[in-house]
Amino acid sequence: MSRKQFVHPYIPNSEPAVKKQMLEAIGMESVEEIYKGIPEHLRFKGTMELPEPIVSEYRCQRHVEGLLAKNKNAKENICFLGGGTWNHYVPSVVDTIMERDEFLTCYVGEAYTDHGKFQALFESSSMLADLTGFEACNTPTYDWANAIAIACRMAERMTGRKEILVAGNMDPDRLLVVRNYCKPEMTVTKVGYNKETGCMDLEDLRRKLSADTASVYFENPIYVGALEVNAAEICRLAHEAGATAMVGVDPTSLGILEAPAVYGADYAVGDLQPLGLHMSYGAGLGGFICTKDEKEFLGEYPSLLFGVCKTQQDGEYGFGEVYYERTSYASREKGKDFIGTTTALHGIAAAVYMALMGPQGFQELGEGILKRVAYVKEELVKIPGISLPVTGCSYCDFMVDFNKTGKTVKEINRALLEYDIIGGKDMSREFPEYGQSALYSVTEVHTKEDLQALFGALKAICV
Amino acid sequence: MAKVNVRKNFQQARWNEPMIYELSTPGLRGIIPPAVEDEIESRVGDVAAKLPESLKRKTAPGLPEVAQKQVLQHYIHLSQETMGANLTNDISEGTCTMKYNPRLCETLIGNPGFADIHPDQDEDTVQGMLKIYYDFEKVVKEVSGLDKFSLQPGGGNHAVYTAASVIRAYHEANGELEQRNEIITTIFSHPCDAACPATAGFKVITIWPDQNGMPDYEAIKAAANEHTAAIFMTNPEDIGIYNVHADKIVEAIHAVGGLCFYDQANANAFLGVARAKEAGFDMCHFNVHKTFGTPHGGEGPACGAFGVRKELAKFLPVPTVEYDGEKYYLDYDKPESIGKVRQYIGQSAVVLKAYTWSMMMGADGLRECAEISVLNNNYMLHLMEQIPGVSHAFQGNGIVRQEQIRYSFEELKEKYDIGSDDMNCRMGDYGIPWFWSSHHPWVIPEPMTLEPCESYTKEDIEEYAKVVEIVAGEAAENPGLLKNAPYHTGMHRRIQEEDLDNPEKWAVTWKAYKRKHGVK
Repeated sequence: MSRKQFVHPYIPNSEPAVKKQMLEAIGMESVEEIYKGIPEHLRFKGTMELPEPIVSEYRCQRHVEGLLAKNKNAKENICFLGGGTWNHYVPSVVDTIMERDEFLTCYVGEAYTDHGKFQALFESSSMLADLTGFEACNTPTYDWANAIAIACRMAERMTGRKEILVAGNMDPDRLLVVRNYCKPEMTVTKVGYNKETGCMDLEDLRRKLSADTASVYFENPIYVGALEVNAAEICRLAHEAGATAMVGVDPTSLGILEAPAVYGADYAVGDLQPLGLHMSYGAGLGGFICTKDEKEFLGEYPSLLFGVCKTQQDGEYGFGEVYYERTSYASREKGKDFIGTTTALHGIAAAVYMALMGPQGFQELGEGILKRVAYVKEELVKIPGISLPVTGCSYCDFMVDFNKTGKTVKEINRALLEYDIIGGKDMSREFPEYGQSALYSVTEVHTKEDLQALFGALKAICV
Repeated sequence: MAKVNVRKNFQQARWNEPMIYELSTPGLRGIIPPAVEDEIESRVGDVAAKLPESLKRKTAPGLPEVAQKQVLQHYIHLSQETMGANLTNDISEGTCTMKYNPRLCETLIGNPGFADIHPDQDEDTVQGMLKIYYDFEKVVKEVSGLDKFSLQPGGGNHAVYTAASVIRAYHEANGELEQRNEIITTIFSHPCDAACPATAGFKVITIWPDQNGMPDYEAIKAAANEHTAAIFMTNPEDIGIYNVHADKIVEAIHAVGGLCFYDQANANAFLGVARAKEAGFDMCHFNVHKTFGTPHGGEGPACGAFGVRKELAKFLPVPTVEYDGEKYYLDYDKPESIGKVRQYIGQSAVVLKAYTWSMMMGADGLRECAEISVLNNNYMLHLMEQIPGVSHAFQGNGIVRQEQIRYSFEELKEKYDIGSDDMNCRMGDYGIPWFWSSHHPWVIPEPMTLEPCESYTKEDIEEYAKVVEIVAGEAAENPGLLKNAPYHTGMHRRIQEEDLDNPEKWAVTWKAYKRKHGVK
């Protein structure tokens, strides 16, 4: 197909008469005269080997929909995966705002022309800070893992210390991100945990805390499906050693779980995805970092921070960049780490979600999830061969032990697909000490019938 | 022919929107989560009450309490106070390639086959998504000529950081990391080309331009030595001048044992025209959200496609997406990998949209994007050169500009004390989004960087130039008008801007604002 046969709807000036007029205006015969600025030997002489274009939008839609139809999804199946991306309800109001071309297609404009973007992100930070109990929060990072990593380096700069202690029960993928980001400035050392409770081993923490410890990082809820009952004690021990304390949270849990600032954390980090972002094969991520509003903390953020500023119009909320000199945009290699395009739109989605939910919504969401999880756990252990390897209360995520069924998690999950169920995450690679165990996740989207379908299927498969 | 329409009576929405907190009434809410069924309720009771006391929330979070219509209304108002590229003449944001973002892509990300798939699903259940990853990787391989890509980085800067991490791993594997602790970059390259290597532990050496605006080749040669880990350079740099020494620079760095990273944030004008491979680069990256038609989201979500020669592929983040002839799968088997830079396999919504866009373009369409972009830019220059008070970087050096140009209001500053910010504020009154001046330091005085990529019509370009002409004329006639602008956008001119740098006054949350400014 020759491109001369049509004017692409996205390239208006390829219309031959228009193109000719423009070339005439600049005194050129062809675009090649512009490309003469590129030395001949640096020019690409071949043809890119790409499929023939699907120029009809409709046909292209059909093509992509055909590919997406090959994916099993959580609308037609009951999905029990969580552990970093969760299957929560996304209110239509959030989708409506996310689809607004004003927010969707804006970029780095100042508050004079993008006032709404600044206010929405300011409100997003404000509400995240309400949930975590702090007074400062950044504009979004790439994801939770990136938020931990950045906060580790913030702690390193603030304390002058070079070691981070991380809970050995944290998500190993998040840890891989942290390890790479902390190189070469810091060492990252794991602290042991109790396999039965899932909680941090405080004796091991005491042993490892030292004058080199910049921060202690733990998760609450814990990745392996428990709550960190010693959260306050971990923070206290960290402070006693002159270190800071950092907790990774699921923000949706904070309607019922204590605010990290209250139990002594210096940094609360986590992901925006559960706050109104679809799972989208991991595309919903966006991280946040909350701290105290003190210069020693705020001055170490590499992220953009949006703050209120007066304008010529009395009573108008103006906005601007707070302490911009910190950033690498302003100071290149002398700035704090680096900053760039991250996940701002997800910050806006989270703002809409948090505003819709309010304190009541978060409380009811949290209570409902705790109940569903408790119910599922009670029912699952009735199935011969199935047990719970981690004791205590769980929020969304919990581990299920299949070792005594004689089947692998992989086999069970394959069999569950026959029942239109997407089973929990196989943990045998990440946490081999639990053997054939899976991380299941239950949220407010699961009905009693969904849960009973799981029990029925597992009974049929495992017994 | 379409009419050139300067929006002389433009008025952006200005709702004087309160903070969401000021809309709060105790007892209201925007949504009700699904209730737990009676059977579950009666079986488990009040689980929250049984939580350990130390973990129970004692004071409810101070979130606003607002009904649904008012939440929707509030955020629609805020959106209307924001100039997205799909609704404005966004030639403004040079270096950012503000092209049209097709609505089709937004329809597709709402498909349950995408929106409702979990990233930890078994490979067998996400074959469609993995194919999209695999096939989009083929696109960027063709565009660059490089051998292997990771789509994991969440933006351009993140890809540059990934490059710095791979360079570190490469020299570490060769036992030379201690010796090779320097990275060379150029001042017109994006700040991340300095900041990311610094974050990864390298000392940064910055090269300034020669008299033609190109990175000083002799200075680069002089800086290259046994300590050089790599060079990070953009080409063209953010002023739109193609660096004719690109391959010679690569040779000079290779000659001392360093690697060469090509920041291709400005790739749009070179699709099918010039590639990283032919210039000899070892690595490159594309800002997928710029070059491949996906929306910028007010600074993300985004994707930085990071590519390497095959010798470096073993250091890429895990997993990569592979195909065994029957099915697509995730390959974690990379013992020398730098690990991960983001959770899961990247910003899959951006990848899905970019794949869709690329399928609609094909090789010819990509090439057409490039050609029309450089044509648009030179047409824009032709118009801008006729405006009194406007000049451009390295004017008159005889070099044809490519996809963008850094203009300067130096003359307006000298004559009328009107600089970039003043021009920017006033141009907003004509419906023009905030233009990109320059990263810091401003090497070019009072800069404005424009990139009229392929999405804009001839009339859009003419409108834009006309607005610059009108506002530059206003600067000469009535500088005060610009000093107090804008008048017709969502926000008036800031005062007491120093508060933003003052710990006693700054506030990045409502709670801090209330405390510091005595709001009840």
